[in-house]
Amino acid sequence: MADDKLTRGLGWLSLGLGISPLLAPGQFGKAIGVGDAPRHRATAVAVGGQELAAAAGLLGQQSPVWLWYRVGGDLLHIGMLSRALKNHDGRGLERTGTALAAVLGITGVDVYAAVTRSRRKVEMDTTATTTVTRPAREVYDIWRELENLPSFMAHLDEVRTNANGRSHWRASAPFGRTVEWDAEITEDVPGERIAWRSVGGADIDNEGHIRFEPAPGGRGTEVHVTLRYTMPGGKLGQAVARYFGEDPHQQLDDDLRRFKQVAETGEVVRSEGAPGGKRARQEFPQHPAQPLTRGEISQEVQS
Amino acid sequence: MKANCWIRPNHVEVRDVPDPAMLNSRDAIVKITSTAICGSDLHLLDGYVPTMQKGDIMGHEFMGEVVEVGKGVSRDQLRVGDRVVVPFPIACGACAACQAELYSCCENTNPNAGLAEKFFGHPVAGIFGYSHLTGGFAGGQAQYARVPFADVNPLKIESDLRDEQVLFLSDILPTGYMGADMCDITAGDVVAVWGAGPVGQFAMDSAQVLGAEKVIAIDKEPYRLEMAARAGYLTIDFEQTDVRSALLELTGGRGPDKCIDAVGLEATHGSMPIMAYDRAKQATRMESDRPYALRQAIMSCRSGGIVSVIGVYGGLVDKFPAGAFMNRALTLRTGQCHVQRYMKPLLEHIERGEIDPTRIITHTLPLEQAPHGYDIFKHKQDGCEKVVLKP
Repeated sequence: MADDKLTRGLGWLSLGLGISPLLAPGQFGKAIGVGDAPRHRATAVAVGGQELAAAAGLLGQQSPVWLWYRVGGDLLHIGMLSRALKNHDGRGLERTGTALAAVLGITGVDVYAAVTRSRRKVEMDTTATTTVTRPAREVYDIWRELENLPSFMAHLDEVRTNANGRSHWRASAPFGRTVEWDAEITEDVPGERIAWRSVGGADIDNEGHIRFEPAPGGRGTEVHVTLRYTMPGGKLGQAVARYFGEDPHQQLDDDLRRFKQVAETGEVVRSEGAPGGKRARQEFPQHPAQPLTRGEISQEVQS
Repeated sequence: MKANCWIRPNHVEVRDVPDPAMLNSRDAIVKITSTAICGSDLHLLDGYVPTMQKGDIMGHEFMGEVVEVGKGVSRDQLRVGDRVVVPFPIACGACAACQAELYSCCENTNPNAGLAEKFFGHPVAGIFGYSHLTGGFAGGQAQYARVPFADVNPLKIESDLRDEQVLFLSDILPTGYMGADMCDITAGDVVAVWGAGPVGQFAMDSAQVLGAEKVIAIDKEPYRLEMAARAGYLTIDFEQTDVRSALLELTGGRGPDKCIDAVGLEATHGSMPIMAYDRAKQATRMESDRPYALRQAIMSCRSGGIVSVIGVYGGLVDKFPAGAFMNRALTLRTGQCHVQRYMKPLLEHIERGEIDPTRIITHTLPLEQAPHGYDIFKHKQDGCEKVVLKP
């Protein structure tokens, strides 16, 4: 999450609100019209500590989690002040009312910040690597034929290269959605490196690069892939996707494993349990390890 | 076709299933003439190996006649009508592991490699009829089987040797042989073999062929020890005798130079309390394998000796004697057998009459009686050492 003024502002507010009850719990109690008995002081200190924690969180990581923490604190304070109003002895009643109004106002800002910041997109880097027992140029050539990619990349349905040097990509996304984008090659060094990025109006902005490096001692070619994409739904979306088996790192790892199969043996390896080849991970519990019926074969193997 | 399918723990059943069809271009279909039940099938039978599913066809020791060959296989390599023995690990022949002859660690043939990696750190090869962790490939206790990478894996039998003489080239003979091969046997070596099941018997034969001075069999089943004795090996019954003292006695106090664990994760122990301890840990998932044979092999082996492990382990063990292993300069060598590496030289041993694999066969049953075969093999009834099934 990049530096965000509102989040930082709320961080400083928390710091301010935290310091005064900690330094002078008695005065703080009087200022909001609830008194300075020992129990009032203890509560003031607790509130101060809680505000400082929020300040540290918001000024440190600027994570939306700390905004929600603030919202939680606000609700607690509203509860305490409402109770104070109900049982009030009359002295400083007005100040307590003002304090409650102020807290209600701040709560509004906190809820706004938490909701909007949680929906922010996050950028994610994913890397994976494998070694293929073929010369770098040959391995490069297989990847550079972009139409090949869907044969081993689980979520890619289709890649079409256009006349203008750009390509159109279609992929399945979590929860049965389809995403599409156009991409351009930004760097292309035969046998060494390819870089690409999505252009104009992609559903998910993404970019990536792949390096082909000779492995030491004639062990073939090391393939290093980095993908960066902007995930919608922020951290929460990521966590939910992971829960449904869509861990991006694992996906890329599996994709590269199948790339290696294609580069070394000519095709993605299938079994009776994982007849769909590149969909092996989605198939658990798998088809039993026994031959498929003709109907199952036309459905699983051809698609 | 008929096939022996895993239904639930401790229950297999011969069922009607579809005939196999090509899934990859380098597949072949083999009409099976002989197949066998392996000791490691018992680990699947009782559910110690995870990821078994209802309907999985069992079996990874089989041979037969090629009835269909994929378009990706050249006719110089394999043709319809060829008689073949199929090795249990599926190798691609092209990855770094295959190029180093580590076929059972093939990097390409397990479609569920991502899952296997979680268990084992790095993936292992696909194996016929051996759970989804090793790929979910249909097994060979059936009338037909699909054989992937048919240009790399099957061994053609061109002589007129009987099925029974060559069938075990698919697994247990090379596995036993690799156990002895990993021992780097030199003149004067005493080799002790834990487990006198089929793989243990072949490890003993191989140790002898490779020049061991003395071969010792350790087991508790009288019929297995008798089989080893008939072949000319010394025997120790671990239920009657303290193994360590017996081994010291037989080696002038030195301990065996080389020790082979041909037992693996379902070992039994002579002492009830120790057995109960590991059983309890297994039941509560605090330990998945019972490593008595391995513990004892390490404790018994002479300093600077080699412990060779071909018995199958699946997960974690407890009380591994790391102190003995380290302080006494032992070497541990292991692996699922790289069958393709040993098939041809062993076929020559058989052709020259130096190894007789048929000596371990005690039962030949029709495929339909596979569940009965599992039963007597598991419970060591009727002197059952090795069951061959005829589809």
